[in-house]
Order: sequence, then C-alpha cells, then structure tokens
Amino acid sequence: MSSPPPTAPAREVADASPPDASNEATGPGHVSSATPGTAAPAASRSWRRAAALPLAAALALGLHLGISGGEPPAETRTYSLFLGGILGLGLLFLALQFRIAGLQTWIRKNAPLLVAGIALLAVAEIITTGLRLLPLPYFPSPAKILQSMVEDRGMLWTSTWHSLFLLLGGYSLGVLTGLVSGVCIGWSVRARYWGMPLLKFVGPIPATAWIPLALVLFPSALFSAVSLIALAVWFPVTMLSSAGISNTKASYLDVARTLGAGPRFLVFRVAIPAAMPNIFLGLFMGLGSAFLTLVVAETVGVKSGLGWYLGWAREWAEYGKVYSSIVVMAVFFSSIMTLLFKVRDRVLVWQKGAIKW
Amino acid sequence: MVAEATPTVPEVEGSSLRVRGASKRFLTPEGTEFLALDSASLEVGAGELVSLLGPSGCGKSTLLRLIAGLDEPCEGELFVGTEPITGPSASRGLVFQDPNLFPWLTVRRNVESGLVARGVKREKAHEVDEYLRLVGLEGFADSYPHHLSGGMAQRVALARALINHPKILLLDEPLGALDAFTRMKMQDEVLRLWEARRTTMIFVTHDIDEAIYMSDRIVVMTPRPGRIERIIDVDLARPRQRSGADFLQLRGEILELMEFSKHALA
Repeated sequence: MSSPPPTAPAREVADASPPDASNEATGPGHVSSATPGTAAPAASRSWRRAAALPLAAALALGLHLGISGGEPPAETRTYSLFLGGILGLGLLFLALQFRIAGLQTWIRKNAPLLVAGIALLAVAEIITTGLRLLPLPYFPSPAKILQSMVEDRGMLWTSTWHSLFLLLGGYSLGVLTGLVSGVCIGWSVRARYWGMPLLKFVGPIPATAWIPLALVLFPSALFSAVSLIALAVWFPVTMLSSAGISNTKASYLDVARTLGAGPRFLVFRVAIPAAMPNIFLGLFMGLGSAFLTLVVAETVGVKSGLGWYLGWAREWAEYGKVYSSIVVMAVFFSSIMTLLFKVRDRVLVWQKGAIKW
Repeated sequence: MVAEATPTVPEVEGSSLRVRGASKRFLTPEGTEFLALDSASLEVGAGELVSLLGPSGCGKSTLLRLIAGLDEPCEGELFVGTEPITGPSASRGLVFQDPNLFPWLTVRRNVESGLVARGVKREKAHEVDEYLRLVGLEGFADSYPHHLSGGMAQRVALARALINHPKILLLDEPLGALDAFTRMKMQDEVLRLWEARRTTMIFVTHDIDEAIYMSDRIVVMTPRPGRIERIIDVDLARPRQRSGADFLQLRGEILELMEFSKHALA
C-alpha cells in the first residue's frame, strides 16, 4: 500500500512509450502500403509493427509488477498471467509472421489497435492502483476486474446462457411477428390502413414502459421478459420491412407480371427479396433494442442472466463483478451483432459493390 | 435429354394483335385530365415486327402498357388473336429500357424466373441453358446482374422474356440506354432472335434509323394528345444497309413527316 507512490511516476514515463511506438509503427506502415516497391525497408517496418505488441505487453507487465506490490497476490498473479499471455502470443506472432501469410497482414492491420488497448489498460492501472485518483470501491483496477471475472466464472457462464436463451426467444418471436406484420402492412392497402395507425401509435413506446403491465399479464417473469423483448424487436422490424416492401420498384413487379407471376410470386420472390436490405436494417435496430430490453427486464423481473447479475453485484457493492459482467456483455452482444452482420453479407451477396454500409 | 443448340420452335410463334380505338387518360396532380393516347387503332400480323416511333409524350409507351395488360384502356378494345386482353400474361413478354433484372438473382435464376412464375420450372429447367446460349451468356450463368454491362444485362432480359415463348414480345426502347456501337450490335441480335422465332414484336423507339433498320412497318406517333399519325411500310430487303440509298430516302420521308407533325403542333 505504501511502496508504489515513489516508483509510479517513473513507470508512468516508461508507459508512455507503447502508444508512441505504435504511432511510429503506424506512420511508415501507411507509406509502405503506398509504395510496395522496396522489399527490405517494408520488412523492417513489418518487424517493428509486429514487435510493438509484445513490447507494449512487456511494458504493461513491468508497470503492473512495479505498482501492484500492496495488492492481493491472487489478483496480481492472474493479471500477470494475462499480460504474460499476451506477451507470449506477441512473441509467437513475431516469430511466425513470415511463415504464415495471413498472420502478417492481420498484425499489420490490428497491431496499433491492440497496442492502444494495452496502453489503455496500463493507464487505467496507473489511475487506480498507482495514483489512487478514483474512489473505491466504485472504480476497481483492471487486475481486480479480471480477478473477479476469473473467480466468478461459473456464475457468469450460467448468466450468459440464461441471457442468450431469453434473447433468442424474444428476438426470434419479435422478428417473426415483425416480418409478418411488416409484409402485410407493406403489401396490402387494407392492412396498411388499419395497421399503420397502430404501428405509429404503439410502436414508439419503449418496450420497458410495458413492464408493469407485462408482469400482471403473464404467468411468469420469464414469459413477460420474452414478450417485452419481442415487442421491442417487433416495432423496428415491422417499420423497416413494410417500408422496404412498399418501396419495391414498380417495374420489377411489372416485369414479373408479364412473366406470368401470381400474387405469391410477387410477394415472396419479388417484394421480399427487394426489401431485404431494409429488412436487415430493421433486424439490426431490433437487435439493439433487444439488448436494452433484455438487460432492463433482467434487472426488474427475471432472477437470472447478465442484467440480473449486474444488479445483484451492485447491491453488494462488488464493483469488480459489475465491470466484469459489463465486459462479458460487451463480448456477448458484439459477437451476436457480428453474427448478424455475417448473415447479412451472405444474404445480400448480390448487393456487393452496389451499396455498402 | 437431348439439348439442342437452338430451341426448336414452330415456324411462326407469334400471334396477331388488334387494337381498336384505344384511349388512355391520366389524372394530373393538379386534378386535370391528360389524354395520353387518343383512340389508337392498329393491326399487327402474326410474326410481324412493328415499331412505334415518336418523340417522348406521344403515347407509345402508354400503348405498349395497354398491350401488355399492365394498364386498362379508358375506351377501346385490344385483342391477341381473338382473345381480348384483360391483364398481364406470360404470353406477352415485356423488355424495358432498364433491363430490370432482379438484382438478388444470378443470371441463370433471372432467366429461370419466368418458368418459376408459371410453375413449370421442373419440366423446363433444361431450357435455361439453351436460352443462355441463345443470347451468348452461357459463361455468365452464375454472375449477379451488377457485374454485367448494359448490353449483357439487356440480353439476359431478352432471354428471360423469350423463355416463356411469348406470342408477342413488347420492347420499350430496349436499346435506348446503350452506346451507339453496342446498340447496332444488339439490333442485329434482336433481329436474329426474331428471325429464329418469328415472335410478333412491338418495338418502341425514338430513333428513326433503328425503326427503319428493324421493322416491317413503322407506326409514327405524335404527342399532345398521343395519337397514331401514320403507318409506313418498310419494303427494304433484309439484311438492310444502313447507308443504302433507299434507306436514306425513307429516312428523309419520315423526317419530313415528323417535321410536319411539329408544324401541326405549333
């Protein structure tokens, strides 16, 4: 507790070098991509960039070992292992980069980001453990967050599963109903007349505003959470898919009619495929509101899942766990988002080169 | 399963067409009526290639949409053979200036879509390759439309319309968006398809040379209100010479006629 202050400033200066190193690596890197003619300097630049990652990890590790003397040993060990692992991986990449073709471009692309991430962790550690600028227990050090993540991994794992289950249930229900109502409203004049006012009136209400009603209406908190998520997803999916369907280029429909198409062909093989870019916009927006509704629903009704875990950890003032659940959420939600992006790229392969988001 | 190089077809695949006093009025946004087509009458024989020639606003596209069955006439009647036209049908194929290929389908699936729409995909799937070969795009079967040039896309549109064996093929300025050289090449291409199939073709254009080069008869139309001014027989032997004396003479006559229409306007 008392030893770190004198050494901290010196370490801080040392810590400033990784971002610097990464900057240096970024500059020539861009130049080299513009003039690929000379091989030798390009190789040395590639070395420098690949070396930046293990170097940053080593500096962060040194910093950590220097200032964490008074911290719990388990915490220090876990965090050192974490940084050491990154250091090892960085060295491994450095050694392998000329053997594996894809690896080198990957490093060239991602090294600055990774170095920046490590630098950010180091800065957070200086602010928390080193200088103690932020009040505890609200702002624990990265080492403490990592440690609570490791200690409570079982609980985090089950919570993630519960959240995934809720999310998938609510999202697929919302997408299904949203697509059906969106196609109806977009295609049929009568459905549009009756459906649009409802959509305009009910749609903008945040799904979470229905929580009191949902808790009364549904037999279990689980049901009410699923239907709340579904409602949150339903609105953007309906809105965007109906817009897409009703904006189908009239000449596509004319051509299809002169090819002998009936109403089924016109809806399922012309209007819906033509509306796909819009439908995917709705799916993305729906996914965003599904995440939000999921976390809120879990904090109020459901007694499991990441949202619940976060609220529970907060009540016990275990802020290490609060942040670790946020980290897990970030990884979990962005993986699902990435998955949806991949599906979109697959489905909208015909659009490549035409429109890019 | 013996696939032949060219589709086997009867001598004349086309039907005759009869338009009797067809008029079409549209409501303008200001609420006034606009006469787009004024009692047009026209007879087209089976297997004939007829051009509708005129400046924009002369009602040529309106007439074409009436024949396609996409719009209904306010007055008058239209018949294919003896059958009245009541709505769109696969027997009257349509090709626009914009090829309007379905961008989400590959070239093969685009050509196939007529078969799918009619529910005969299984029996006729082998014809897709025939038609791709017919328009010279067998190497692009799995490409998406955004990879195609304008001329290629228009060939796909032709194959997509022809695979349904239409009795009448309606072409609404199909070559209007192409550059001059591609355009001349595609004119020969369309003529080749017409000669092979003897489908009745109604060809909308505002290019006098194109009309003379391609058609058996030219229907000259004038605007405000859109009406048929005159129908001209083109008695030139095929293949036609674009710079032949008789070609140029006819061109001059039509130009004069259109000039005359312009005077009539003023």
